[in-house]
Amino acid sequence: MQPILSRYHRTKLRVREKRSQWKDYFYRAGDLTAFMLRFFREAVKPPYEGREILYQCYLVGYKSTFLIGLTSFIMGAVLTIQTRPSMAAFGAISLIPGMVSVSVVREIGPVITAIICCGKIGSRMGAELGSMRVSEQIDAMEVSAINPFHYLVVTRTIATTLMVPLLAIFADLVSFVGAYLAMNIHDSMSMQHFFQAAMVHLEFIDIFPAIIKTFFFGYVIGIIGCYKGFRARRGTESVGIAANSAVVASSLAVFIIDMLAAQITDLL
Amino acid sequence: MKKENDNIPAPETAISETDREDLMDNAQQVTDPNETDANGSGDDHETDTCEPVADPEPTADTNVQPDEAAALAAEKEKPVITITGLRKAFGDHEVLRGVELHVNKGENLVILGKSGTGKSVLIKCLVGLEWPDEGEIDIYGQQIGHLRYAEMNALRIKVGFLFQNAALYDSMSVRENLAFPLRQHKKKMPQEEKDALIMEMLDDVGLADSIDQMPSKLSGGQSKRIGLARTLILRPEIMLYDEPTTGLDTGTAKEISELICQMKKKYNISSITITHDMACAKMTADRIIMMKDGIVYAEGSYADLERSDDEWIKTFFN
Repeated sequence: MQPILSRYHRTKLRVREKRSQWKDYFYRAGDLTAFMLRFFREAVKPPYEGREILYQCYLVGYKSTFLIGLTSFIMGAVLTIQTRPSMAAFGAISLIPGMVSVSVVREIGPVITAIICCGKIGSRMGAELGSMRVSEQIDAMEVSAINPFHYLVVTRTIATTLMVPLLAIFADLVSFVGAYLAMNIHDSMSMQHFFQAAMVHLEFIDIFPAIIKTFFFGYVIGIIGCYKGFRARRGTESVGIAANSAVVASSLAVFIIDMLAAQITDLL
Repeated sequence: MKKENDNIPAPETAISETDREDLMDNAQQVTDPNETDANGSGDDHETDTCEPVADPEPTADTNVQPDEAAALAAEKEKPVITITGLRKAFGDHEVLRGVELHVNKGENLVILGKSGTGKSVLIKCLVGLEWPDEGEIDIYGQQIGHLRYAEMNALRIKVGFLFQNAALYDSMSVRENLAFPLRQHKKKMPQEEKDALIMEMLDDVGLADSIDQMPSKLSGGQSKRIGLARTLILRPEIMLYDEPTTGLDTGTAKEISELICQMKKKYNISSITITHDMACAKMTADRIIMMKDGIVYAEGSYADLERSDDEWIKTFFN
């Protein structure tokens, strides 16, 4: 009798645990949605923290240029080096600039930039706000009648929304330079010729959706990083969890947006 | 004092008019709070308490009618904070189980109790960092449960909160920490005036030299002082101190207690202090409330409670 009862209880507990996990999952999803919508409500409300937005733009944009530039340069060069043998087999070496430009502008540039920003900026925001939550600095703002959402979340999210597209455009340009230099390892092509060949294959439909989606990438990186930090539970462990989950969740969100953007672009 | 639970022993005496007079008599006998022990240890606070705050001089306005004067006096006597039937639970754990208390104008109410009895939750409910499940909190005649966000923020400016770890913004220097609330709330104040106010506050807490330091370079006691300066810069009428001396050596703890007394005297602040530090309680308290299992267990002056025969109360004073 005892083992049957205990198995029954174990199953009951497992079901209850599963149910509470689902409940928790839906609660978090709802909370994140409310948090994301609150951004739009708060962003239009004065006071406009111009100074803080500029400072965050400096941290997000300027401080990321070296990393983004180096990664993009390598990306452009590697893409050219890797595709060259296949293109050479078809005698289509002259198409390499066009192929590189389309793949970099449409997909690789924005996505790689966004993923690097998830790691660098999303984790920083998650850890920074998480640490502020744990050390009661966010509570201190609240009791001083300063809206911490407005001061911390809105400014950071605006900064990422504005800076990630600029970083993506910068990444595209640096990738072209990398690709051009890699092209000249085996072949000889003037810079003017390379860029002409690259631009010929680029159309408005390649550039416009790619830039638009980077605004969404910037928004989700900022808002998810801030959300994870803002909702950190008490304790130092939660700071690490906030940073880590900010990277994971924002990377996932970037890929989901990218997939949706690809589907929408395909319909146009 | 009130009896909330059958398992809880008979309550101590609630503060009466006679007690209040006794309290004032006791307070008359105190030494200067700035006076430190000869050894500077701060261990012995036998004679340390806050000096009573002198009532402002009566107005010379002869047009004030007797009934108006009575109304003014009644208004003055009205508690600045009244808490009624406050309950708060986290999951199944009920932290506050019907707390009732009030704070009079210019009074420092000290709340004593063991860890986990809901003292910090209680003061967090006062500023909207936690929301009670039941009960009413009345601050300056406004029930905070009914306030909108903007109204709550207007009230929060009048209520300062000193956190246990001071909660200084660690990305800002001391100057920026103090300037931040001014930048948010005193937009029209000229920069020179803001700078003068920051210096005045730092002078008050004795840390004018630390103005350009980062919080990470400050000691625990210095952080508390800067935290206090940052809170007082908005000139709150009520202060809530969450364990102001916890984690400090006895000498520094005594300095912080003295600072609380000085600030109360200078700015005529009503306050609630949560503490486990009996020396701090003795030095700063006008009245003490002891909390046990989420209710007010005993209430009275330090001297009243020290004389108590209750075994649980004795554990604090021995």
